[in-house]
Amino acid sequence: MSNAVEIYELEKTYEEGTRALKGIELSIAEGDFFALLGPNGAGKSTTIGILCSLVNKTRGTVRVFGHDLDRDRAWVKSQIGVVPQEFNFNQFEPVEEVVTNQGGFYGMTRKAAKKRAHELLKQLGLYDKREGMARALSGGMKRRLMIARALVHGPRMLILDEPTAGVDIELRRGMWDFLTQINKQGTTIILTTHYLEEAEALCRNIAIINEGRIVEHTSMRHLLGKLSQETFVLYSRDPVQSLPEMPVQASRLIDDETIEVDLTRGQELTGVFDVLRGHGIVIERMKNKTSRLEELFLRLVQDDDAAINAEERS
Amino acid sequence: MSIRSQSDAFDHQGPGEKAVGLTPRGAWNAFVMLLTREVLRFGRIWVQTVLPPMIMTALYFVVFGHLIGPRIGEIDGVPYIQYLVPGLILMSVITQSYANSVSSFFGAKFARHVEELLVSPMPNWLIIVGYVAGGVARGLTVGGAVTLVALLFAELSVFSVLNLFGVALMTSILFALGGLINAVYATHFDHISIVPTFVLTPLTYLGGVFYSINMLSEFWQQASLYNPILYIINGFRYAMLGISDVPVWSTYAILAVGIVLAYLYVLRLFRNGIGLRG
Repeated sequence: MSNAVEIYELEKTYEEGTRALKGIELSIAEGDFFALLGPNGAGKSTTIGILCSLVNKTRGTVRVFGHDLDRDRAWVKSQIGVVPQEFNFNQFEPVEEVVTNQGGFYGMTRKAAKKRAHELLKQLGLYDKREGMARALSGGMKRRLMIARALVHGPRMLILDEPTAGVDIELRRGMWDFLTQINKQGTTIILTTHYLEEAEALCRNIAIINEGRIVEHTSMRHLLGKLSQETFVLYSRDPVQSLPEMPVQASRLIDDETIEVDLTRGQELTGVFDVLRGHGIVIERMKNKTSRLEELFLRLVQDDDAAINAEERS
Repeated sequence: MSIRSQSDAFDHQGPGEKAVGLTPRGAWNAFVMLLTREVLRFGRIWVQTVLPPMIMTALYFVVFGHLIGPRIGEIDGVPYIQYLVPGLILMSVITQSYANSVSSFFGAKFARHVEELLVSPMPNWLIIVGYVAGGVARGLTVGGAVTLVALLFAELSVFSVLNLFGVALMTSILFALGGLINAVYATHFDHISIVPTFVLTPLTYLGGVFYSINMLSEFWQQASLYNPILYIINGFRYAMLGISDVPVWSTYAILAVGIVLAYLYVLRLFRNGIGLRG
């Protein structure tokens, strides 16, 4: 499969001297659901800004579906849909106009753009609001409006910068389903998010960026495979006086109904349940203590920060 | 419904081949959409955009035309109230064309919906042409509305229809481009009123809207010749009344050179992303 995005030695230094990107290399396969993660100020939005032609790069090469961004900029733009982090539509335009106009800017006739706007607004649950002013929409609805606008011209690649920020859980799940569906239809999706469980649930491949450098670029499965220890929280049906010996790395009683167990690779929860059941302890429900990805993410970023500090000291 | 669709608005080239963004038909659709958006924008707020210049013009006619005009008599053989008409119409065209570009584009920058255009395959020249067309639409709409108001107070005559439309169109193009340059540089709302207040209004008032430069002393006559708006207003007055303080060819020369320079300048600003891209 060919690559949707290829980035070589990409650098960006802003006018005031900030080096936002320090020579990043990245490739994203066509049809992928790709996560670009990093702490605030790591360079995610700059990378996306360059891909969308909202930020001028200082150095490096960017190719989209095999076309050089500098050489074929207009063509590259026509292949991309963008959902930025902040609301950037005209709040004083009717909802339908926001989407229809964008179709026009991508060369569609008003009639075709309007038809497609209606289809997308229906899919995203905004059709009833189409004649109202965009400023009257709730935060979640505004996010969905930006997704509709980004899709109106049928892009091959959709870039979403924090698309579910400020969206409640139910709506977020709905957006996940929608994005999964369009990815299955062949649209390459690049996602930045602060909700790491979102990346874990949706994305097949991932890059972690820190201080303008890519510190990890691999598949989600491979990345999660690096996890050597996971912590589970178990909730007992009845009060527990003391914990029996269990075949795990460590276990502790948090309160009389909550147990935490740490499992290393190779250890199984089945053994834990067997021991607990043998001592008359019935587990009603359980959960992961932290997002597995969050744990890895923090470790990678901390390791990278430590490496940068050591480099600076030497 | 499939999310992906092949559009005839795009060029479908394979990797390695030179690929353009919009087809000519797609570019036309994009232009029409941008122009329509601009017209709807100022149409929605007509109370702020169209009505005030009409009221202002009516007041000018009442005060300068009816109250003071009879004491002045005629200028170049034309009653003063009639002499005022071309200048007042063109003053509206100038201010409204400028105001539309500067307020609309700066508003889009401020609210960040200019990004809708910057991420689209519309080339820079097409975005410029779209905004300028919006400015021209407002300038000429208000110019037309002011002409209707003028009909209530004065007898209108047209000496040369071709020159009338030629000068009005080129004037609105030039000042719409000027507004766009102002908007690109502006970073605060204050910045969009500095040029209209401190440059355009004085130059327009001193550009022969209300008088002929032949009424001035030799020094001020010569000084007035450095005001480009003088040439534009006189060119329009020639088109309506057949009288002018300057040759008509100089009107077209000023407008043509101004349009070319302003267009090239704003195109350069867009290409370099000044005030637009990080």
